[in-house]
Amino acid sequence: MSSLQVFAEVLIAGLLTGIMYSLVALGFVLIYKASSVFNFAQGAMVFFAALTLVGIIELGVPFWLALLLTIGVMVLLGMGIEKFVLRPLVNQHEITLLMATIGLTFVIEGLAQLVWGTDVRRIDLGIKDIPIEFIADNTGILVSQLDLFAAVVAGALVATLAVLFSHTKVGRALRAVADDHAAALSVGIPLQRIWGIVWGVAGLVALVAGMLWGARSGVQFALVFVALKALPVLIIGGFTSVPGVIVAGLIVGASEKIAEFYVGPMVGGGIETWFPYVLAILFLLVRPEGLYGEKIIRRV
Amino acid sequence: MFYREAGKFRTSYAQDAQIFPLGLDKVMVGALLVFAFLIVPNIASQYWLIALLIPWLIFSLVALGQNILTGYAGQLSLGSAGFMAVGAFACYNFLLRVDGMPFLAAVALSGVCAAAVGIVFGLPSLRIRGLYLAVATLASQFFIVWVLDKFGWFKNYDPSGVITAQPIVILGYLFDSAAEKYVLVAAIVGVLALAAKNMVRSNIGRSWMAVRDMDVAAEVIGFRPMPVKLLAFAISSFYCGVAGALFAFAYLGTVEPSAFNIDMSFRILFMIIIGGVASILGSFLGAAFILLLPIFLSVLFHTVFGNAVDASMLSATELIVFGALIIFFLIVEPHGLARLWQVTKEKLRLWPFPH
Repeated sequence: MSSLQVFAEVLIAGLLTGIMYSLVALGFVLIYKASSVFNFAQGAMVFFAALTLVGIIELGVPFWLALLLTIGVMVLLGMGIEKFVLRPLVNQHEITLLMATIGLTFVIEGLAQLVWGTDVRRIDLGIKDIPIEFIADNTGILVSQLDLFAAVVAGALVATLAVLFSHTKVGRALRAVADDHAAALSVGIPLQRIWGIVWGVAGLVALVAGMLWGARSGVQFALVFVALKALPVLIIGGFTSVPGVIVAGLIVGASEKIAEFYVGPMVGGGIETWFPYVLAILFLLVRPEGLYGEKIIRRV
Repeated sequence: MFYREAGKFRTSYAQDAQIFPLGLDKVMVGALLVFAFLIVPNIASQYWLIALLIPWLIFSLVALGQNILTGYAGQLSLGSAGFMAVGAFACYNFLLRVDGMPFLAAVALSGVCAAAVGIVFGLPSLRIRGLYLAVATLASQFFIVWVLDKFGWFKNYDPSGVITAQPIVILGYLFDSAAEKYVLVAAIVGVLALAAKNMVRSNIGRSWMAVRDMDVAAEVIGFRPMPVKLLAFAISSFYCGVAGALFAFAYLGTVEPSAFNIDMSFRILFMIIIGGVASILGSFLGAAFILLLPIFLSVLFHTVFGNAVDASMLSATELIVFGALIIFFLIVEPHGLARLWQVTKEKLRLWPFPH
């Protein structure tokens, strides 16, 4: 295999992995965009959603019904979080809310462990993680079917959400709430309902991310740490931008894989853990709010 | 009635600058010190010393460092465990490679090394702020642990991957037993806590708080952001480095990078949030809360449920209760445990009157 083919393969694998990261990051962006809360529990929600889906399927329920039930569970979870965690903490400092979501992470992880146990499970989406024959035969590059499917799904989700935020009344209400809770309340936006909707939608996004990641690497506790990988994606793209998440995901995924492949062997490997973060810092030095983030104007 | 400031006239600058101006305060602190240094080492059991008191003191020290950086200087940082790791490995290497290096000097120097690393990773704070800085400091956490793991020089090319820390010898006296280690750690933590309290009351502390509250305004009135922020990072990392060295030498007995993972960084941040940001006492209270809570929950569940319930379900329930208690605490008292103590003192000042 020529080195160009190798490079192309590493690049494409990286790009597709990057899109998977952006799926997880999308949940963060949604919640941050709508309530200025950095939801650290997103990783745990991804894990919980995937585990619930698989658990319900294992109980003998057909796939589509299980999917609907899981969506219901995630929406209920979102509404519960809004009622018990966010409502009492309205207008608190952002660090307090961040800490509350970290506490929430523990609760969701514990809940998942309590209800569904600790075994590793597989999700079968009907699409296998094997190379696409058409591309493999013609160009000799191996591109995973599952990864490509994930990319298409992510693209569709991002497009829907982008339209939701810019062209619908609910979307505008969400952005108003993110700007200033108290001001949004004073113009009559139903804060509680909006937050319930947002966290429910974030739960759905978590479910989609959980299904795809679960299909790729099994539904196990390590899924929670995928959220840590999504953080550099968030920084580079900006916390408040839905298209930025995709662009940043592509950048992070591609650079991570290429760095690991070409630079990794020189220093003993394991670069993947910190390279995206260092890349994020470098980006931030040039654009402190991320590529597409809103410029924070501070006034004295 | 007894705990009041009325009638206490200060006639010198030294009197004015006291940390504990009230007589009752001085008596309480004196009694606490006597209790901590003279009574506890003699009456506390091995379990209490090794499993509870020594880690509490060490984590209070880290929480102090984190409080200086996040609470007083306003730089949200998630890299404390990384700086602890730097301190631990630096101490190990100083004792290993420099003949006759005194232990306390090695600890101090490892703090300086951690401070240097802290300054390097604090440079982004000059441009980035808020949540972005928090995630940027995660980079320091991952990078430091990776470097310490990958390059065998730090571990002296030890094949087993787990290095035993050298014994603590100060002026020829071997600090071997739990009580001796406890006194050593308590002394170091006490001195550094006093230094921290004085730092935050001084010009340095005020410059940090100015930058925290509104850094543009602080710059306008003349606080140059670079020295202020980098000093915060340096001092905070010094504290974390010293604590890391103590963690490896006086508590764990081994030096390994995996002990200083991101989980620990989060716990340290929890400690200052629950204890109270921008509060020296809060660091101690928060560390006690976060350390003791899992143990307390575990003991509680074992006594209540005994062997009737499966171990993994028990640990899952503990996790849920831990998270729920953190959320509950944040809702009920967002300013932390130190605020509860402050409220108590205020009530004491007024006693026996209600207001």
